[in-house]
Amino acid sequence: MTAVPAFLVAAEIHLKPGALDPQGQAVGAGLRALGHTEVEDVRVGKHVRLRVRAADADAARAAGERMCRQLLANPVLETYAVEVRPAPDGPADDGTGPP
Amino acid sequence: MRAAVIVFPGSNCDEDAAAAWRLATGGEAALVWHESTDLGGADAIILPGGFAHGDYLRCGAMCRFSPAMRAVAAAARAGRPVLGICNGFQILCEAGLLPGALARNAGLDFRCETVSVRVEAPSAWTVACGPGAVLRLPIAHGDGRYWLPPEEREALIARDGVVLRYVPAGAGNPNGSVDDIAGVCNPGRNVVGLMPHPERAAERLLGGEDGIGILRSALAWAAGAARPEEALRA
Repeated sequence: MTAVPAFLVAAEIHLKPGALDPQGQAVGAGLRALGHTEVEDVRVGKHVRLRVRAADADAARAAGERMCRQLLANPVLETYAVEVRPAPDGPADDGTGPP
Repeated sequence: MRAAVIVFPGSNCDEDAAAAWRLATGGEAALVWHESTDLGGADAIILPGGFAHGDYLRCGAMCRFSPAMRAVAAAARAGRPVLGICNGFQILCEAGLLPGALARNAGLDFRCETVSVRVEAPSAWTVACGPGAVLRLPIAHGDGRYWLPPEEREALIARDGVVLRYVPAGAGNPNGSVDDIAGVCNPGRNVVGLMPHPERAAERLLGGEDGIGILRSALAWAAGAARPEEALRA
């Protein structure tokens, strides 16, 4: 008997392109004040990590995208992108950084 | 007339809203905990300001899982007056009972001041104010920049769904809301969301009484004094 495999699903949520991102602007101004004059633009978003059980990676991705549409992102304001990879044992935050 | 004020974990204008309702309308107001689906037969519903569910994920986003919101949606469908103030406005948008969304203020500041808003259209919560009335109302929010996509904005404006605008245009807009929008209503005109706090402007002693007309509008609305079509023709 094989167990249903685990996946790490990472959802990246940003304001829609062109939407005013005052937080990104403020961070950009801060970086330039520190001397990072090469910074042209900054967008600040959210990164949500999930550990899910699914039949395969496609099913895990579909589930993650549904979750973004239903709750994790506000489709009026935000866009999302979902990344999936097989999960090692452990919590959603395995300390290895985004996939 | 009885009002139910929904109390979410993190609501902090609930008592003020109930007190202002009693003062403005002479009616009763009961606080209803968000886990209840029993609104006690309320004729009107107020979603108060605050930081419901800690503003986790996005302001208002977690509230749709509160059982009380099922009763609020049913009351909205039944045509009863539903008012979302500040965080309550955010909750109504997140719950899909009003169009659009409220984003971080353009200047990133938490704006706490008194602003001028003009009544743009009649609704269950503006009909007693008179068209074109300019009200002085307090605001206190960090995420009050109303936004919706251009095609939805045109539809909202075409159906007179904007009920309050900051004035003067541009200079009077404290948060960068699109088209200076401070309050909107649903197509039935019974569900209204606004960023300013009418419950904080219901006593002269506390700085003004311009919020009283907002609260009293629900009385006129419930009495059938103004139905959407007639009100819009007037």
